[in-house]
Amino acid sequence: MSKTITIDGKTIPFMDGQTIMDAALAARVYIPHLCHNPEFKPHGSCKLCTVKANGRLVSSCTMPACEGMEVENGTKELNDERRDLVRMLFVEGNHLCPTCEKSGNCQLQAVAYCLGMMSPRYNHFYPQREVDASHPDVFLDRNRCILCELCVRASRDVDGKNVFGLSGRGIGSRLVVNSCSGRLGDSDFAVSDKAAQVCPTGAILIKRQGFKVPIGQRIYDHKTICQVESQGKTGGEEDE
Amino acid sequence: MNDRKKVRIASCSLAGCFGCHMSLLDIDERLFDLLDLVEFDRTPLTDIKHCSPCDVGIVEGGVCNAENVHVLKEFRKNCKVLVAMGACAITGGLPAMRNNIDLWDCFQEVYQYEGGLEGGRIPNDPELPLPFDKVHPIYEVVKVDYFLPGCPPPADAIWKFLTDLLAGREPKLDYEQLHYD
Repeated sequence: MSKTITIDGKTIPFMDGQTIMDAALAARVYIPHLCHNPEFKPHGSCKLCTVKANGRLVSSCTMPACEGMEVENGTKELNDERRDLVRMLFVEGNHLCPTCEKSGNCQLQAVAYCLGMMSPRYNHFYPQREVDASHPDVFLDRNRCILCELCVRASRDVDGKNVFGLSGRGIGSRLVVNSCSGRLGDSDFAVSDKAAQVCPTGAILIKRQGFKVPIGQRIYDHKTICQVESQGKTGGEEDE
Repeated sequence: MNDRKKVRIASCSLAGCFGCHMSLLDIDERLFDLLDLVEFDRTPLTDIKHCSPCDVGIVEGGVCNAENVHVLKEFRKNCKVLVAMGACAITGGLPAMRNNIDLWDCFQEVYQYEGGLEGGRIPNDPELPLPFDKVHPIYEVVKVDYFLPGCPPPADAIWKFLTDLLAGREPKLDYEQLHYD
């Protein structure tokens, strides 16, 4: 018999070594997240996947599941906190959805929809962030970067190139490029890199693709991110 | 005819493009149903210059100059319920794209370097409202009761919002009506 946890009362099987998030993803139970992508090592930074496990707040992407663990996920308390986290992400950057090519396919936006964010509530920082259009095939727009490090992990762990990194601390943290000039065009980054495909927002955009998919046919136009993730990105053909 | 006292609504566009008001007009023939329930105070449709006591105030656009603040405060003072309509009122929107550009650089680019303008002088008439160095959403200036996102909010979202509000329900948009773009 496999071991199990419960998430909001639903019994979910897991194997030793799996995190709460791993178990939830395998069972197609949606726990909101932005910095997590099952293809990469957990980062545990966005804190959106915070759940209550046996009464304690933990990041589900880093917390190992253990036999009999009782997890609260979709509670009002947790979703209120998550909505506030998303609001802070929105005001810390320059997230102007009407101007962004990623709109409709953006995970940050989709999570905000899913959590019913009607306004960012907090005062906007309108920070000064650099746009780097030096690469022939890819834009780097730091206005939309949420510092999830997915591109950092993809470039380091999959592409073996270490093109990206985070520099600075606190509110001064920023995404930097590993080239002499600091420009993406002077790095060995390629459009075919995994790191070009993983950005959850519109910070890394492939050129000449903008608005290719019309409004109404974008990923989150009709389905919530919760519905999309619950159905599985691969069409749900995987079996246990 | 409806004998009930009509709900009085005011609306305005601050640093916006009037696109949200165009979207309001897109409720089409439902405008007649709306007019059974409401009467308009200051709006771009009535051309009344100042807001008097109202039940609902709907504000499009962010705050980019001193006049915007005066209008917004007049709305807050006179409206029992204040609604921020559209991306600009809620986030600053497209006008806020200038927030990372020095205001003087903006003026020079528009009035001095751009070709085709006679004289190349930056307007400086005392009657012109003082521009701010940054554009802000309206909730950073006054308390806002409800938010109706979208660029613009779809007509169906505006209709759903208004009918909920007029029926005394807590306004709630369907998933497909909630958009930031």
